[in-house]
Amino acid sequence: MEIRVLAPTGVIGAGFKASSLKRGIDLKPHVIACDAGSTDSGPAALGSGKAKLSRDACKRDLRLLLLARQALDVPLIIGSCGTSGSDRGVDWMVDIALEIADEESINFNLAMIYADQPADYLKEAFKKDKIKPLQPAPHFDEGVIDTSNIVGMMGTEPLSEALDAGADVILAGRASDSALYAVVPERMGADRGLIWHAAKTIECGAACCVTPAADGLMAYIRDDHFEIEPLDLEARVTPLSVAAHTLYENSNPFLLTEPSGVVDTEHAIYTATSDRSVKVSGSAFHPADIYTVKLEGSQLVGYQTVVVGGIRDPKVFMALDKILPLAKVYFHERISELFGNKLSIDEYDINYRLYGRGAVMGELEINTDTIPTEVGVLITITAPTQEFATKIAKLVSHVSAHLPIPGYDGLISTIAYPFSPPEIDRGPTYRFSVNHVMQPDTPLEMFRNKYIEV
Amino acid sequence: MTTIAQLCSLIRSKNAGPFVLTFDLMFTDQASYDRVRRTKPITKALLADLYKQQEDDITLVYHDQALAIKASFPRPVFQGEPRDSDCYGGQQYVPLMSIKVSD
Repeated sequence: MEIRVLAPTGVIGAGFKASSLKRGIDLKPHVIACDAGSTDSGPAALGSGKAKLSRDACKRDLRLLLLARQALDVPLIIGSCGTSGSDRGVDWMVDIALEIADEESINFNLAMIYADQPADYLKEAFKKDKIKPLQPAPHFDEGVIDTSNIVGMMGTEPLSEALDAGADVILAGRASDSALYAVVPERMGADRGLIWHAAKTIECGAACCVTPAADGLMAYIRDDHFEIEPLDLEARVTPLSVAAHTLYENSNPFLLTEPSGVVDTEHAIYTATSDRSVKVSGSAFHPADIYTVKLEGSQLVGYQTVVVGGIRDPKVFMALDKILPLAKVYFHERISELFGNKLSIDEYDINYRLYGRGAVMGELEINTDTIPTEVGVLITITAPTQEFATKIAKLVSHVSAHLPIPGYDGLISTIAYPFSPPEIDRGPTYRFSVNHVMQPDTPLEMFRNKYIEV
Repeated sequence: MTTIAQLCSLIRSKNAGPFVLTFDLMFTDQASYDRVRRTKPITKALLADLYKQQEDDITLVYHDQALAIKASFPRPVFQGEPRDSDCYGGQQYVPLMSIKVSD
């Protein structure tokens, strides 16, 4: 048995070489799969429903993949559409696909799989104790459900259902990256340990190459091993680079949890098959006793305005530890005076990040006694509305430019602002509000498949 | 005195999801990896101290085939929270670089 899985790139919209995809097509894969999302860029995509990468970049990649699928007549599976895999993300990707189909005059059976989780469904499950926290998890209750956009991360089952229904192209909501690559080999009866370890290896495309790149790989899944080969003939994987990829963005490289079980790579053996390809054997898969679907949620925190500036005089930036608390007291008094009972002190936040003085690591900074040449200042105002955030920022930026510095007599400007006005409205800001798993009655019940003929 | 950074080809930190921070230390060669495997300069106690964590919350794994050590623990600030200054968690590894390794 040999099942060939083509992973064209790490994420739709990141790009890949057209020549690499051409080579992939020549190798006649049984499926082309790619993910289109991640939580890595933060909670904004799920909170807002907007994709991280541009429509043009996604359209370029999707066009080449749809044409490749057309040439091969094999399934094209794309998951976590629109970065977050929310329903809006799926519809956004469907819109792009339909536009391409029109432009290229191509036809296919399209499956859309939606992963948004309705509040009523989650509340019922919460009452029945079917939602369990992962470690660590933020506080979770009905209030969090009501104020969050929540998606479930699907396994292979909803994808398999779409293939049963005759789908040529699947545009799925939030999905386990690995499930996209695993579903076809699972249906063809390959060994699950090999399937899931191979899927884990190729889910970031050519990221596991010696020189990581936005490009593609082929996984060949055979009876007692799988083999990984970059599509670009100049690119290489080595036993070390493939083994090391199990570390990437995972908390434990040996035990990787999926909805239907745990991928176990601890006893895998990595062997070079050429100077640019590797075979892997000995991977295991432990089926779960209880099927779980990871939930991801994003919640509006408020609206932000930021102010960016710099300070060159050490006498000024070394005084900030003492001056800023006093300035904040003044801000609170002034805000109370201006907005009275419309805005209480616990509804807004004024935060100074001093770059050069521990902004990146905060209280974990180990180097606290050197004096930098200059300090970057990022002031972030968070408030319940954009209007309040902007108004507070105008006050804060004005006062911050004229702080009283001990030892200096008279008025000086204490921050160099590069922009006029110095305030920049940032719009809504979000937080991740859920780190839980759901125990559904069936792997399909949380996901909604729809089909159209394009 | 040798530091961890001198023995590594790559040290990185990264999100493992929005709530967990993970660190990968990739060693330059077998000898360097064997040296830290033997002398164990990175311990849960040290990580707990550097990152203000509970030892019980820390995962510490030696990956022989990848010539790598991996450590993971809950993010000190969850990704995207108003006080989070490192959305990708990518710049949190520097305190590990200067850890001393004995011969």
